[in-house]
Amino acid sequence: MDWEIVIGLETHAQLSTVSKIFSGASTAFGAEANTQACGVDIALPGVLPVINRGAVERAIRFGLAVNGKRGDNICRRSVFARKNYFYPDLPKGYQISQFEFPIVTGGSVTIIANKAEKTIRLTRAHLEEDAGKSLHEDFQGLTGIDLNRAGTPLLEIVSEPDMRSAEEAVAYAKTLHALLRWIGICDGNMQEGSFRCDANVSVRRPGGELGTRREIKNLNSFRFLQQAIEYEAQWQIDTLEAGGKIRQATVLFDPDAGVTREMRSKEDAHDYRYFPDPDLLPIEVGEGWIAQVLAGMGELPVERKLRFQREMSFSAYDAEVLTADWETGNYFEGVLQASLQGGEKPGQGDFKLCANWVINEVLAKRNADNLPPGKFAVSEETLGYLLRLVRSGDISARTAKDVFSEFWEESRARAFSDQGGSPENVDKLIVTRGLKQVSDSGAIEAIIDQVLVANAKSVEEFRSGKEKAFNALVGQAMKATKGKGNPAAINEILRRKLTS
Amino acid sequence: MPLTPDEVRRVAMLARIELSEPEIATAQAQLNSIFSLIETLQATDTKGVTPMSHAGDLVARLREDRVTEIDQRDRFQSVAPQVERGLYLVPRVIE
Repeated sequence: MDWEIVIGLETHAQLSTVSKIFSGASTAFGAEANTQACGVDIALPGVLPVINRGAVERAIRFGLAVNGKRGDNICRRSVFARKNYFYPDLPKGYQISQFEFPIVTGGSVTIIANKAEKTIRLTRAHLEEDAGKSLHEDFQGLTGIDLNRAGTPLLEIVSEPDMRSAEEAVAYAKTLHALLRWIGICDGNMQEGSFRCDANVSVRRPGGELGTRREIKNLNSFRFLQQAIEYEAQWQIDTLEAGGKIRQATVLFDPDAGVTREMRSKEDAHDYRYFPDPDLLPIEVGEGWIAQVLAGMGELPVERKLRFQREMSFSAYDAEVLTADWETGNYFEGVLQASLQGGEKPGQGDFKLCANWVINEVLAKRNADNLPPGKFAVSEETLGYLLRLVRSGDISARTAKDVFSEFWEESRARAFSDQGGSPENVDKLIVTRGLKQVSDSGAIEAIIDQVLVANAKSVEEFRSGKEKAFNALVGQAMKATKGKGNPAAINEILRRKLTS
Repeated sequence: MPLTPDEVRRVAMLARIELSEPEIATAQAQLNSIFSLIETLQATDTKGVTPMSHAGDLVARLREDRVTEIDQRDRFQSVAPQVERGLYLVPRVIE
């Protein structure tokens, strides 16, 4: 019999403020242990938290981004609550979070999984502080505590259980990750823990009651998210089919063994005894503030995608690829701009030319080299300049590709510390290597005349209806120009001569 | 809603307070007397009253996002029971 997998995600996104959510200590990553943990962060007696405006503003931006820029999902009055539990990396004995009145309620994220669009509803997003770090290496049988991370602002984004496969969960996490980076509220650095997911997984008979869920904690890569959900769902199905029962629990994913393991029973752990934090007054978000945040917001991914489809007649697929992250869209628009002569208006062919180059050359290379989204080994000016020369017929597309690859290699040789090539280098290479394409029709005609004489057989075949023979003649003409003939010009002149 | 001894044990466990049997009885009596006060409060008709989350009827003042703290680790750690390589050392806790 069939089983349906039901998944909801809770994502912790570290907000990109320079200081902590309730103190003026720095949030910079990688500092020496406990040098960025002030009195508030280590919970000295008598200290009081003061809310960071930057953290609240980022939460508002998120709320607007997942609600079509309408602010009706942003709570005008939200409240901080204490979540009580004991752990050494939480010196206060409680985490300041939001419970009954989170800053954002509702909204949605649209994903593409298995080639279909799907809307994942969001339950809420709330502000909270991160805990410190426990280091369980050997300190004479003791645990070392670093509180630099304590008090770092987090936005916990909770989805509805709307996902039905590990692929959908990964697509959601990737879309959310790109959106947070896009609107500039989270750096998305997963190695540094800026974006971590907890997955609630249960299985049921299609259409039946929801099954008991188990929560997989702290998944910090998309690959682990996929593997952990797949393993967990299969484990639940196997358990139920063997006549067993699922007990609500928190589990950890062990990437080495590829399995999930129960961490602790939730009965006690979940009794957090939330109550409003008497140290903090409610935050009020007025219409003016929302309007101000909205005014500072740029185009959202979905808006840019639709614009590309509308203004440039791109397919949904091309538009999606070009807007997968903020930087790629900017890069594409930069290349397009640089490929035009001053004041020139781009046409359909120009859009397509630049899009094809960015998708098939640039992104392919970026992915092959495993570079982060904003890293392009060749600048948009350089690529744009190459394409300008392709458009004007000065160089062939083949030459442009070779030069582009060479520039990319140059950057790679320097471990991508800076970009390879420049428009000036393009000009130099054209001169020193004689890369200029022969477009002069007089020169090409002379060459074609010779080719026609030398290849009478092919001419005969073409005239008797063999279209293939035409390509052979083009090949001969290209060879005669040592590969520098403008293919469009050769095609045109050859066809004219053969059919006249 | 009087608390049972088991509920007192559970609350004590959650608060990490170790109570002996006689202490449980004392705590039970004390907590229950607090609960009777709460019951009195709950008898008040609050229909139409917006719940407050804070005794002060004010909203939070926000801080600008700026780093204002300096490193005072050495001072903070001078009173810590045990420190190594800048870390606070605590009894081992493993999930």
